[in-house]
Amino acid sequence: MQSQATYNYKVVRQFTVMTVIWGVVGMLVGVFIAAELIWPDLNVVEWLSYGRLRPLHTNAVIFAFGGCGLFATSYYVVQRTCHTRLYAPALAAFTFWGWQLVIVLAAITLPMGYTSSKEYAELEWPIDILIALVWIAYAVVFFGTIAKRKVSHIYVANWFYGGFILAIALLHIVNNLEIPVTLFKSYSVYAGVQDAMVQWWYGHNAVGFFLTAGFLGMMYYFVPKQAGRPVYSYRLSVVHFWALIFTYMWAGPHHLHYTALPDWTQSLGMVFSLILLAPSWGGMINGIMTLSGAWHKLRDDPILKFLITALSFYGMSTFEGPMMSIKTVNALSHYTDWTIGHVHSGALGWVAMITIGSIYYLLPRLYGKNEMYSVKLISMHFWIATVGVVLYIASLWIAGVMQGLMWRATNPDGTLTYSFVESVKASYPFWTIRLAGGTLFLAGMLIMTYNMFKTMAGGKAVDAPVLAPAHA
Amino acid sequence: MNFNNTSDFVSDFWTYYISIISIVGIVGCAVLLWMQSSAKHVPGQTTNHVWDEDLQEYSNPLPNWWRWLFYLTVIFSLVYLALYPGLGSYAGVFHWTMRGQYDKEKAVVDAQFNQAYGQLLDKDLVTVAADPKAREAGQRLFLNYCAQCHASDGKGAKGFPNLTDNDWLWGGTPDQIEESISQGRMGVMPAKGLKPDLTGDQIKDLANYVRSLSGLAADSIRVQRGKELFAQACAACHGADGKGNVGVAPNLTDKIWLYGSSEDAIIETITKGRQNRMPAWGEFLGPGKVHLLAAYVYSLGGGVKPTTPEPAVPGSTPEQK
Repeated sequence: MQSQATYNYKVVRQFTVMTVIWGVVGMLVGVFIAAELIWPDLNVVEWLSYGRLRPLHTNAVIFAFGGCGLFATSYYVVQRTCHTRLYAPALAAFTFWGWQLVIVLAAITLPMGYTSSKEYAELEWPIDILIALVWIAYAVVFFGTIAKRKVSHIYVANWFYGGFILAIALLHIVNNLEIPVTLFKSYSVYAGVQDAMVQWWYGHNAVGFFLTAGFLGMMYYFVPKQAGRPVYSYRLSVVHFWALIFTYMWAGPHHLHYTALPDWTQSLGMVFSLILLAPSWGGMINGIMTLSGAWHKLRDDPILKFLITALSFYGMSTFEGPMMSIKTVNALSHYTDWTIGHVHSGALGWVAMITIGSIYYLLPRLYGKNEMYSVKLISMHFWIATVGVVLYIASLWIAGVMQGLMWRATNPDGTLTYSFVESVKASYPFWTIRLAGGTLFLAGMLIMTYNMFKTMAGGKAVDAPVLAPAHA
Repeated sequence: MNFNNTSDFVSDFWTYYISIISIVGIVGCAVLLWMQSSAKHVPGQTTNHVWDEDLQEYSNPLPNWWRWLFYLTVIFSLVYLALYPGLGSYAGVFHWTMRGQYDKEKAVVDAQFNQAYGQLLDKDLVTVAADPKAREAGQRLFLNYCAQCHASDGKGAKGFPNLTDNDWLWGGTPDQIEESISQGRMGVMPAKGLKPDLTGDQIKDLANYVRSLSGLAADSIRVQRGKELFAQACAACHGADGKGNVGVAPNLTDKIWLYGSSEDAIIETITKGRQNRMPAWGEFLGPGKVHLLAAYVYSLGGGVKPTTPEPAVPGSTPEQK
């Protein structure tokens, strides 16, 4: 009887396909607003203006692209590593349709100018409630599946997915406590610097749990699977998991250096951000070292290239982050494009690449194929994406450091050397390189979309049978 | 303990609360690390768990360099929290505050500024405006603090006055310019002037009359009707001839329009009124920089020579709050 049951791949397929679609949409908006910085005339109507599309871009890539990728992979991984069908299939279907509704509502309300003005939490209160409902359903499905697992030990990927789901529920609900005034307008229950602190406690943990812990869950399944090697160190998993989820919760104040936030809060945010370096690198080491003994596979496996390059970017940006949280460095980097470059080395280099690699692994398995329609196109996607990320982050590093230095430069007479607009003018060449990098990355996503539809057209949706646990 | 007063705690309890949780948290990281460091390296040994056909984990020990990196950040953090403010209201050995850092850096540039321009402070604006070095510094200040609204050439934009012509809402003498920068200005045009019962059609009449004052094309019948309405609703501030009063209301007979001269723009101005604000810079910039800025603005060409007798201002309290 057990052998006849199949895994629930339907919801995985749905989320997988939408990950790619929303990736294209979100990155297209990103490319457009990058172009608006160079050619301000592109701000033709208010709903196409930079101020309204920027939150649409961040919401689309984080919650639509990244979110769908996390739903897809976590549903796939939790079933397979628990050796049981997904718990509560109706709730799982609700999470898919509910999440798509959230995304569509975001795509409508943000360009219309409806916003609660909190970064990465701009959506107004009715949508916030819908997100909370979907998220609770997600938690029920995920932890329900864990509860009925057929193996005694919970696989490490599921710790990270589970930590991510619990933390995001907490962060989302606490940061979005607000008093509605109309259907489209609400006010935060927090005021002044408390509001800022709650917002960045949320904001940094959106990075820490949504964009890090969740994707580490992805990494812990797809890297050992694709490499065909055991995870490097169980102990490292244990230490870096607990240290990571504990320490991230403290790091938010580094977004508020040199503001009305009291000195003591800023300092604590800074030291915990520094402590975060080793736990973050634990994940990178565990992923990359998993490949030891199988390095040769990197040569001709483009999926593994995506996964390992993602880990390299993860290591780079989690080194850069703690450095930028140091007050003296932050005094230079804050409010400059260096921050944008840093975020994208994480978002494109780590989050997008680990997701892309995982989806190339998933798609053939969900559609009854041995491999993607074209492995060559995966390889092409990899190189285009890598060049794109490098152009993107290198140009914004230079632009950011230049802006920071220009803003603080003073003449011997004590006046500022440059006006703000001079730093804007000096940034144009770097913004152009950034646009080129972003466009390349988007082009890679379009190649992926083509490859995906070709793979789907040549295959047919299959649900794999539930496997009996192995007894080692 | 050295306490600092920027933390605003109502009782010492919070300092202990924060210190204990923070130190336990940091030391806890090291303890976790230490507890997991004991494993011996047995090459190729796994934890004996298998998931999904072939997922396994080696039981390799923690890499040494990584362990020491982790310990190092823990030690750094504890030392940092001893030296700098972090544990509630404990001020740290160095007594560093961001406020103190700001004051120190500010004092340096202020001293440089005073050394360079201190002697100009007592000189009148016309003299300062003639000094090319002062003008250059004034322009740099203007580009940083004023250009966002008044544009880098000082010619302004809709709602933001042009500073290069000789039309001055608040007066163009050196003293008046300096006062505008230092104290700021609040301009208020009340909706529908003194006649809150103006109908839409009457507002259109008024708009046509106002356009006719500066020779713009206007419907002559409406101009006739508008003239009477103007006397009732607008003349108190703008004057019977529409020539306005410095510090009270703009001149409507010149071709200078802050909010646009089209019939629609004027109708909007009358219907909704206008509120405008020039922020006060005196406290932020200090008298020295305000003086240089005023000289620069004066030198843009529109300034009124101080020898020119100031026009008497009727109704000594301008319409401002």
